[in-house]
Amino acid sequence: MTEDYNVHLEEFEGPLDLLLYLIKKDEVDIYDIPIEKITSQYLEYLELMKMLDLNVAGEFLVMASTLMYIKSMLLLPPEERPPEEDIDETDPRADLVRQLLEYKKFKELAEQLQKKERQREDIFTRVASVELKDEGSGDISDVGIFDLISAFSEVLNVAGEEDLREIFEDRFTVTDKLSHITEILKNKKSVKFLDLFDPGSHKGEIVVTFLALLELIRLKTIKAIQKKSFDNISIELVESI
Amino acid sequence: MSGENLKNVIEALLFSSSKPLGIPEIVKVLSVDKNGSRSEIKKAIENLNSEYNESGKSFFIENIAGGYRMITKPEYAEYIKILYQVQPSRLSKPSLETLAIVAYRQPIIKADIEAIRGVNVDGIVKTLLEKDFIKISGRKDVPGRPFLLATTNKFLEYFGLKDLNELPKISELRQFSIVK
Repeated sequence: MTEDYNVHLEEFEGPLDLLLYLIKKDEVDIYDIPIEKITSQYLEYLELMKMLDLNVAGEFLVMASTLMYIKSMLLLPPEERPPEEDIDETDPRADLVRQLLEYKKFKELAEQLQKKERQREDIFTRVASVELKDEGSGDISDVGIFDLISAFSEVLNVAGEEDLREIFEDRFTVTDKLSHITEILKNKKSVKFLDLFDPGSHKGEIVVTFLALLELIRLKTIKAIQKKSFDNISIELVESI
Repeated sequence: MSGENLKNVIEALLFSSSKPLGIPEIVKVLSVDKNGSRSEIKKAIENLNSEYNESGKSFFIENIAGGYRMITKPEYAEYIKILYQVQPSRLSKPSLETLAIVAYRQPIIKADIEAIRGVNVDGIVKTLLEKDFIKISGRKDVPGRPFLLATTNKFLEYFGLKDLNELPKISELRQFSIVK
């Protein structure tokens, strides 16, 4: 039995980490990077990572092509280089250097934060015996389509098996579900998204219910809300004016 | 309410709370007796701290994440750690970097974080949202209306910061802008 071991190289989280590492290792000036040398080293590391079956992210390949592009630009005499977006920028390395410097700064800040994190490990607070009252729990935001789709896929995952042997006429229609949902909401003020789907419903029914929900949201008959992102979604009737 | 009593009430509130208590929360409690202005409360907390300090107590009241909270002094950590068998869960380097970017550039969209880090940050952002270190603070008015991300009070608490002004300073941080 073979298993895939995807080793995660923490040293090089991304291509910029690898570049900074190479720059530091060779003690080269970040403002005057010897592109040819760094590019070939970068590609060597990339080869090694592939050989070791490390998970080489696509961003590494993008950076490799950026490096090779810069390298080829440097081979051309300045007057023959294709015009860049920034006209006054003569050094093709400028963008990359800026990006590296910016990233380096945040790496340093991250280290500072890490120091603070370590310091906090020696500090202990009192342990709550009573929970404070939750003050209205902040923002209640409207739910986006992706939140809904994600909730929908959760329902689909626990759907009952469809009986495939016979062909039924459409037992559930969007129109039926529309009135079904509004009926439920007239009785209760707020319903959890998941509770709108009967446990063990077939996929067909779930899809129809979901389409009905989307339609009602579109018509602004109902609204989907969630207290914080990735929280449970509830459905409420929109107060008619 | 006498000054001494006010001080004791505040001490009791802080003693019973594990979360930082904001001045407004304390004011609300004290308003039952129509007592205690913001400055009186701050003064009382200062007095409590100097009392603790003078009598060599093992704890004090810290000003953190916009509130006040009792904490133990670091020199007693080794004993407390034995008692609770704590294994600190530390943030990974990529998480710290992402947090640093959000903290200094907030509100920021995910694409801008990715432009700085040079890698996809979907997974990290999701985890940081789940752990309540960052929150969605709105949407940017550009095509796609992407979410804007900002740090939370939990972030301040975790790193022991009173507020965002206490972040380590790098004055030239905004000098470069790679995101066009």
